[in-house]
Amino acid sequence: MVIMSGDLSELLKELNIRSVDELFKDIPESIRTKMLGLPNGMDEDEIRRVAGEYVGMNKTVNQLHSFLGFGLYNHYVPAAISNVVNRNEFLTAYTPYQAEISQGIMQALFEYQSLAAELLQMDVVNSSMYDVSTSLGEAARMAKTITGKDEFIVPKYISRNKRAVLDNYAKGAEIKIKEVDFDDRGMIDIDSLEKNLNDNTSGVYAEYPNMFGIIDTNVPKIKETIGDDRMFVAGVNPISLGVLAPPGKFGADIAIGEGQVLGLGLNFGGPVVGVFGTKEQYIRKMPGKIMGMTKDHNGRVAFSMILQTREQHIRREKAITNMTSNQALMAVASAVFLSLLGDSGLRKIGEVNMGRTRELIDIVREFGVKLPYDGSPVFNEFLIRLKESKTFVNRIAKKYNLIPGYMLGKEYGFNDRNQVNIVTNVTERNTSKDFDAFREFLREVA
Amino acid sequence: MYHQAVFDEPLILNVRGRRTLKIPLENEKFKVDVPSIMRRENIGIGDREEFSVVRHYVKLSEMNFGADSGFYPLGSCTMKYNPKINDEIATLDGFRMIHPLQDSSEVQGALRLLYELSESLKKITGMDEITLQPLAGAGGEFTGLSIVRAYFDCKKELGTRREVVVPDSAHGSNPASSHMAGFDVVQIPSTEDGTVDIEKFKEAVTERTAAFMITNPNTLGIFEDKIVEMANYAHSKGALLYYDGANLNGIMTKTTPAKMGFDIVHLNLHKTFSTPHGGGGPGAGPVGVVENLKDFLPYPLVTFDGEKYSNDYVPPKSIGKVASFYGNFGVLVRAWTYIKMMGEDGLRDACETAVLNSNYMRKKMQQFMPVPGKTIKKHEFVASSVGANMPKAGDIAKHLIDNGVHAPTIYFPLIVPEALMVEPTESATKTEMDLFVETVRQTLKLSHEAFEKEPVNLKVTRIDDVDASKNPKPTLRMVRKEQREPLQQMI
Repeated sequence: MVIMSGDLSELLKELNIRSVDELFKDIPESIRTKMLGLPNGMDEDEIRRVAGEYVGMNKTVNQLHSFLGFGLYNHYVPAAISNVVNRNEFLTAYTPYQAEISQGIMQALFEYQSLAAELLQMDVVNSSMYDVSTSLGEAARMAKTITGKDEFIVPKYISRNKRAVLDNYAKGAEIKIKEVDFDDRGMIDIDSLEKNLNDNTSGVYAEYPNMFGIIDTNVPKIKETIGDDRMFVAGVNPISLGVLAPPGKFGADIAIGEGQVLGLGLNFGGPVVGVFGTKEQYIRKMPGKIMGMTKDHNGRVAFSMILQTREQHIRREKAITNMTSNQALMAVASAVFLSLLGDSGLRKIGEVNMGRTRELIDIVREFGVKLPYDGSPVFNEFLIRLKESKTFVNRIAKKYNLIPGYMLGKEYGFNDRNQVNIVTNVTERNTSKDFDAFREFLREVA
Repeated sequence: MYHQAVFDEPLILNVRGRRTLKIPLENEKFKVDVPSIMRRENIGIGDREEFSVVRHYVKLSEMNFGADSGFYPLGSCTMKYNPKINDEIATLDGFRMIHPLQDSSEVQGALRLLYELSESLKKITGMDEITLQPLAGAGGEFTGLSIVRAYFDCKKELGTRREVVVPDSAHGSNPASSHMAGFDVVQIPSTEDGTVDIEKFKEAVTERTAAFMITNPNTLGIFEDKIVEMANYAHSKGALLYYDGANLNGIMTKTTPAKMGFDIVHLNLHKTFSTPHGGGGPGAGPVGVVENLKDFLPYPLVTFDGEKYSNDYVPPKSIGKVASFYGNFGVLVRAWTYIKMMGEDGLRDACETAVLNSNYMRKKMQQFMPVPGKTIKKHEFVASSVGANMPKAGDIAKHLIDNGVHAPTIYFPLIVPEALMVEPTESATKTEMDLFVETVRQTLKLSHEAFEKEPVNLKVTRIDDVDASKNPKPTLRMVRKEQREPLQQMI
C-alpha cells in the first residue's frame, strides 16, 4: 500500500542528500536489519477476502443461542452510536491537549461524565478508565492513598479476571488483598466483614449485581459497617441502574462499573470502558483525565482538561496514575447510548432484562433444576447447578447450538466433577427461540 | 482561511424531549420485583429524540479537529493517516459479535488474527514472545515493569533491585509506571547533543538497578547511537533494558529493539500502526519480551499447534492479568489490517517518509528557530523558541490552531525550554509542511497583544485553565451544586 506523498525527490533535494539512507547513518551498522521477513502488502480487495475467511471461522452470538455474559454482555447496540463515533473529527483526534480546537470532544466527554454521574449518583466521574478490572486496581490504590492503610477487602466471589488484574496492581502498591465470604443467600456476609476489619483496612469492594447476578441487599449496610475512615468501593452494572438504586445512595466513596453494556457491543472483549466515579472531596486523588466546565476569556462556556497536575506528564513518578490514553471514544459512545435511551429507556431496558431473566428462571425451575441461591433477587444473571459432568453438558449444549452460560471451574472452588455450575445471562436480545433451545437443553440435562 | 464551526450547543442533558428509540420488547409488560431498598427512584438524565441526539453530536464533532481534518504534527503521538479499510474490517460482524469467553473452537478466526499479529510484531521488534493484552501504552509500561518485578522476585533480588533508571527526556508515563510497579525512579541527564550522558548513565546503573527504560529514537527525535554500549553495561550489572515503543515509527524496519539489546518492549498501536486514537483512546500497548522473560507474560497467550488455535496457555510464572480479556480487540484488528496492507516494503516506506519529512521540516524551522541536539533527526524534532523577541511556545500553538493546523506538542520534553515537538509522520505533503513552517514563521512578527486575542477562528478563545482546576466543575451535578452563575444560564 502506498501512503507516502509524491514529493520525495524534492525533499531530498532540499536536504541536499541523494537518498534517505543518509538520514539513517546514525544507526550503527552492527544493529541494522536487512529484512524482517514480513510478507508483501495487500490491496483492499485482498484484505477483504482474507478477513472474510477469518470471520467465517468465527461463530457469532447471532448464530448461536447465547446466554453467555459473566462480565461482558450481549446487549442491543443502537445504530446511531457507530454513526456518531465514526465521525472523523472524533475518531481521528488525539487527546485534546489543544482545548480551543477540541471543544467538541471535550463537551462530549463532559456530557459522558455528567450522564454517568447522574446514573451513579456520584459527584464526579472521570472521562474513562481502560476497563472495570483496571478500575478496581486503581480504586484499591486510591483507597490506600486516601486512608494511608494497606489492606483492601474484596468478596470471595468476583470474576477471576478482575481479581487477577487487582492482584497485579496490589503488588506494585504493596496492598494486601483480603477476602470476605458470602452468606447462604449469596450476599456479602456482614458479620464476617466486620471480623475482617482492622486498623489497616483501607477499603471494601462489593458488587450488586454480584458475580452470581444477585442483587445484594446487604450492600446498603456496608458503609455504616466500615465507617467513614474506610473507603467503600461499589461495583455496579451500569445498565441495571435504571431499575436498581445507585451506589451514591449507599454511601459509596468510589463507584466502578464495566461500561461495555452502554452500547459498545462485544468485540471479543474490547474496546470496553471503565466507569469510575467518586465523591467531590476525593477528586484530587482520582485517577484518569477529567474534563471541567469553565469559561474562555470572552466569558463563553468552555471545557478544559482539569487537575492535570495529578497526571504523569507533569508529576512523573509522583503522579496519581500512569494512565495517558484511556477509552475516550467509548465514553462518547456511552454518552450517546445514555442520551438515546434516556430515563424511560433505561428503566425499560432494566425491566426487560429482569423480566426475561425471571421467565428463564421459571423455566429452569419447572425442570426441577437446582438454583443454589434460589430466592435471592437477581438482575440478569443467575446460578444454575446441574448434576451432570461438564463433558455431557457441553455435548448437549452443542447439539442445540446453545451456550447456556459461563461454567465455573475449580478456580472458583467448584471441584465436584459430577456437577456443573453455570452462570446464565439473559438480555433483551434473547429471543423466544433462544428460550426454546434452552428448554430442549434442560430436557436432557436436568 | 480557516474557520471552525461554532454552535452554542447546550449540554445533551438539557436537550429534552420524547424518546423515539425503541427498545427490544418495548411493548411487553414485565413484573419487576426489586427489593424496596434496592429500587431506583429518579434517574435524572431525561428523554430526547434520536434525531436530536444525532444532530447534537454532529454539531459537537464539527467543533473538533482530527487527523482527517488536517495536518496534525503532534510530537510523540504519531498522528498518521488511519486507513479507512481498518475500520471496515474491525466492524465485520464476525469480529464484532463474538464473546471472549466462547469456546476456542468457535472463535478460531479471531485467535488466528491475534496469533498472526503477535508473530508480525515479533518480527518488527525482534522479541521472542508478545502479549496483546495491555490496553494502552502506559498499560504496556506497567505490564513490562510488572514483569521486571516478577523476574527479580523470582531471582530473589527484588530486595536490592529497587530502582528504574530513566533519562530526563523520558515520557512522564515512564517514571509513573515505574512507581506503580513499586520501583524508585533515578533520573539521568542528557548531554548537549541530546543523547544520554553515558558517564552519568554508568554512575546511575548499579546492582540496585532493576531496569533502564528509554525510548529510541529519544523524545528529541535523536537516535541514541550508544545504545549497544548502554545495553551491555546495564546487562553487566544484571539490569534489564526496557524499550518505550512510542517512537518506533522512526526506526521501523531499519533496526529492532532486540538488535539494540532490549529485553522488554511495549508498542503503541495507535501511533505506529495507524489505529485511530478516538480523542484519547482506545489505544493498545502490546508488550514483547526476550526468551528468558517469556514465562512471566500475562495469561492467556494464544498458541497454535499446526491445526488449531488455543487461548488457554498460562505462562508458568505469569504476572497474572492486566486487562479483563484479550486487550482492545477492535484496535488489534485494525493494526493487523494495517500491517497486512503495508507489508514489509510499506512499513519501510512509512518509516523513511516520516523521517524524511521530519528532517525537511527541521531544516526549514532551523532557519529561524534553534533545534537543539544532533542535526539528523528521526521521525520528530524539537524546536526551542528561545532568544530575543521569540514568541512563547504556547502562543505559537494558539496561532497554529487558529489557522487550521494542529499544534505540535509543546513544553515537552521538559529539558528543552519553550519546546515545540514536531512530528509530521509520513502522512504529510510538502505543501502542508511548508504551510506549517510559514505559519510558525508569522508568529515571529506578532505582538504580545495580537497573541492575546488568538484564537479567534475557533469555538472558544483562550481558556482560564488555572481557574478551571481551582474550582473544578467536572459534572453538571457539580455545576448545579455550586449554583455558580453565569454558567448555569449558559448551558
